[in-house]
Amino acid sequence: MSVSPDAKPKLPRGVRLTHNEAQGGWVLLAPERVFKADAIAAEIVKRCTGEATLSEIVDDLAKTFNAPRERIETDVTAMLTSLIEKKLLEVGA
Amino acid sequence: MDATPQRAPRPLGLLAELTHRCPLGCPYCSNPLALEPRADELDTASWARVFAEAAALGVLQVHLSGGEPAARRDLPELTKAAHDAGLYTNLITSAVGITAETFAKLSDAGLDHVQISIQDNEPGTADHIAGYKGAYVRKQALAAEVTRLGIPLTVNAVMHRANIDHVEEMVALALALGAKRVEIAHVQYYGWALKNRAQLMPTREQVDRAVAAVEKLRKQHHGQIVIDAVVPDYYARFPKACVGGWGRRSLNVTPSGKVLPCHAAESIPGLTFWNVRAHSLADIWDNSPAFLAFRGTDWMQEPCRSCPKAKEDFGGCRCQAFALTGDARAADPVCYLSPHHALVGELAEARADAAYEYRR
Repeated sequence: MSVSPDAKPKLPRGVRLTHNEAQGGWVLLAPERVFKADAIAAEIVKRCTGEATLSEIVDDLAKTFNAPRERIETDVTAMLTSLIEKKLLEVGA
Repeated sequence: MDATPQRAPRPLGLLAELTHRCPLGCPYCSNPLALEPRADELDTASWARVFAEAAALGVLQVHLSGGEPAARRDLPELTKAAHDAGLYTNLITSAVGITAETFAKLSDAGLDHVQISIQDNEPGTADHIAGYKGAYVRKQALAAEVTRLGIPLTVNAVMHRANIDHVEEMVALALALGAKRVEIAHVQYYGWALKNRAQLMPTREQVDRAVAAVEKLRKQHHGQIVIDAVVPDYYARFPKACVGGWGRRSLNVTPSGKVLPCHAAESIPGLTFWNVRAHSLADIWDNSPAFLAFRGTDWMQEPCRSCPKAKEDFGGCRCQAFALTGDARAADPVCYLSPHHALVGELAEARADAAYEYRR
């Protein structure tokens, strides 16, 4: 499974990214499951609104964090693929 | 200088037993034999306060359960209160005694996820297990309504001797109902299930087939549906890390407001439970005797105390240790290192085809 640069990833209903002070940071909440999200993962998931394409998300992250686009693209694609497989993310056309 | 006192870990999940009332009579129910009466139930405002306190304590997910939670007429208000507190809301329902209109209200209230229990893949046997005629058909209709509303659905397939050979059919049913997740939930023997253990216990051969079937189905449906399953306790060699460790990850509030470290904790004699009517949830989590009783590893005896897995499985389940050995501090006898481990095998063999004793 791979994510196309034109895909518009978003969290499906039933999956939410939330910040909880007592738990010390960002968490991704899903049916019967909780995933701690590090700061980088949270930055990626926050951008998965269903509006932006993968390509736009990568551009934005590269600019925001002043990092090489190619590496960001590899990392983001890998993370999104893994989230899609776990049913924590979906892609619209 | 670092003088921060050592603090208990923060809980992630709250099991809110809104009521013990339920139209079904499933013989595998893990509710206590002494069900709490309606007159003792917490009111709407008290639950709303509990949800707010839970969120402040670090709880992320609330499981609205029972009994049948829809037996509470204020279920939409309770769901909204939990949602407004910032909690991820999960409804654990039989789908009997709940209408399509109620589901629409729950959806508007911010319900995140629904879990519907299904007793078997065929109406006659499913209704027999549930002790309720027509339950299967209603569940089908309500499951369709949940997916139509776009709320993610989990099918909870409770497995035991009468239906464990239908794992493939149950997963196929979950797929047909549009579920994104299915739990192959082998019965755990607490409460009513413990009373019906001989009637419910599968054979070793059935368990082996079921485990192999799940492996195969996971490969077959990879990416389509998440299949969660656990090995049935009495056939395992290692105990489960029950509730992720006592007083470590979750807490349970009973219909009358008692706060328990796990839903079966009242089966252990001598524990003192505090009530949300008298204490804040944070106070109960940090200081109530029942939570302190088995938190961490200091309470352990051998073989747990020196075991390298002590902080992985926390000695297994305290309630099961007490139920099977008479000592709540003993190693869960499911563990092959327990001196009582042979007893678990003997109990698994003690099957009987008597009638179910339905939960009433």
